[in-house]
Amino acid sequence: MKNITVVGASLAGLSTVRALRAEGYDGEITVVGAEEHRPYDRPPLSKDFLSGAVEAESLELADGDDYEVLGAQWLLGQRALRLDPASRTLELSGGRQVLTDGVVVATGATPRVLPGAEGLAGIHTLRTLDDAVALRDDLRNGPGNVVILGAGFIGAEVASTARKMGLDVTVVDPVDVPLERALGREMGELADTLHGDHGVRRVQDRTVGFTGEGRVTGVCLAGGEVLPADTVLVGVGVQPVTEWLAGSGVAVDDGVVCDAGCASSVPNVVAVGDVARRPDPFTGRHARVEHWTSAMEQAGCAVRTLLAGVSEPPPVRVPYFWSDQFGVRLQFAGYAAPGARPRIVEGDVQDRSFTAVYYRQESPVAVLSMNRPKPFNRLRRTLVAPSALTAA
Amino acid sequence: MITVCSLEDLPPGESLRITEGVPAPIAVFNADGTVYAIDDTCTHQDASLADGWLEGCFVECPLHTSFFDLRDGRPTCPPAKAAVRTHPVSVVDGQIKLHITVGEPA
Repeated sequence: MKNITVVGASLAGLSTVRALRAEGYDGEITVVGAEEHRPYDRPPLSKDFLSGAVEAESLELADGDDYEVLGAQWLLGQRALRLDPASRTLELSGGRQVLTDGVVVATGATPRVLPGAEGLAGIHTLRTLDDAVALRDDLRNGPGNVVILGAGFIGAEVASTARKMGLDVTVVDPVDVPLERALGREMGELADTLHGDHGVRRVQDRTVGFTGEGRVTGVCLAGGEVLPADTVLVGVGVQPVTEWLAGSGVAVDDGVVCDAGCASSVPNVVAVGDVARRPDPFTGRHARVEHWTSAMEQAGCAVRTLLAGVSEPPPVRVPYFWSDQFGVRLQFAGYAAPGARPRIVEGDVQDRSFTAVYYRQESPVAVLSMNRPKPFNRLRRTLVAPSALTAA
Repeated sequence: MITVCSLEDLPPGESLRITEGVPAPIAVFNADGTVYAIDDTCTHQDASLADGWLEGCFVECPLHTSFFDLRDGRPTCPPAKAAVRTHPVSVVDGQIKLHITVGEPA
């Protein structure tokens, strides 16, 4: 392979470039990124960057020396429009055509929007640095009512940051335990109580529209209530960026459909990160994983598959994510499989400082800690893959 | 020089965080019988390396899982880029002694 194009210039894209060089590939690498910025770290966008504790420079994932060593060509502020595997051509916005032997799809995902929000200032989504700057500026213009739609990790973290900034925050979600899928019902309920502990009002309802002319003034709920709102954050999930693959033959179904080695349905095309739907050896499920560590870990696997020309499934890695919210460093590893019951193994739930291990058929399949990194790190090494347990 | 503890109190695989008598928190590790000391705070984001997992002579940052080489403080992979400072540490008569140097960061 003489040239490889990485489509996507965030964590997955940069990790792929690093992995290519680490595997000894010394051919050409072209990276295409829709954003103007060089790769930066997204997690602080809902936390320290939003609060103003850190600036954009500290988010950069690589510096000038790194870029020199990596020796790739970075085409930033350009989108991939079409891929034609037959002619090995990638067409970019602005008319450029890139001839390439291999393609790594790392285009990630974009936030879902809600109908009725178009044309109203003050309604935000949060994915990019530019989004975070706009949201930060609006929050700084306070005081005012902040309404957050969606009580997942983005919603909870922004709620936490906005509360720390002294703002009035309401979080709306139609689901009764929004973090149930990630943490299981019991621990999801516990995580929900953090909002109330810190003065955030939680409303269980569905958003049906907005009020305001030119700028939002309120959020309309299905139950009839209209929440006064000066700033709104829509945090209702993301969808994978795959429209550009239409007509390419690359199988897409809520992301690029991949095997365990990150290979797509088209030879010499692999996918990494938020855009990749692949079977996870640990959970046994075919899914897109939107966590930070996945973007980094999958890069190595995808690169080996691409360079070998044959799918190389990686060793089993225990899924891991963390969230900093409401004074709690929440860490989770494994899979809260349906039926897995959490047991508090140390610490104190009342203090929000404890570790819980989830058991399925008496085997530990997941661990959750709030503010207990040391026991967390020890216990996460003891986890058993639910996929390895025999069906009950 | 600070006496950290007796070697018996820090078995292999264990770590301690020192906050008294030092300019910045220091993490002390017993890695397979050899004692190391490095700055406790991960150079990437706010995490305590004393809480990290020890594997051979490497400690993993508990947050983003960068590994730091205890021998020279250098991270093995992203996201951490800068090395942590290492501090000389010795075992004398079964007691772990930490040598505090007031010098420039590495």
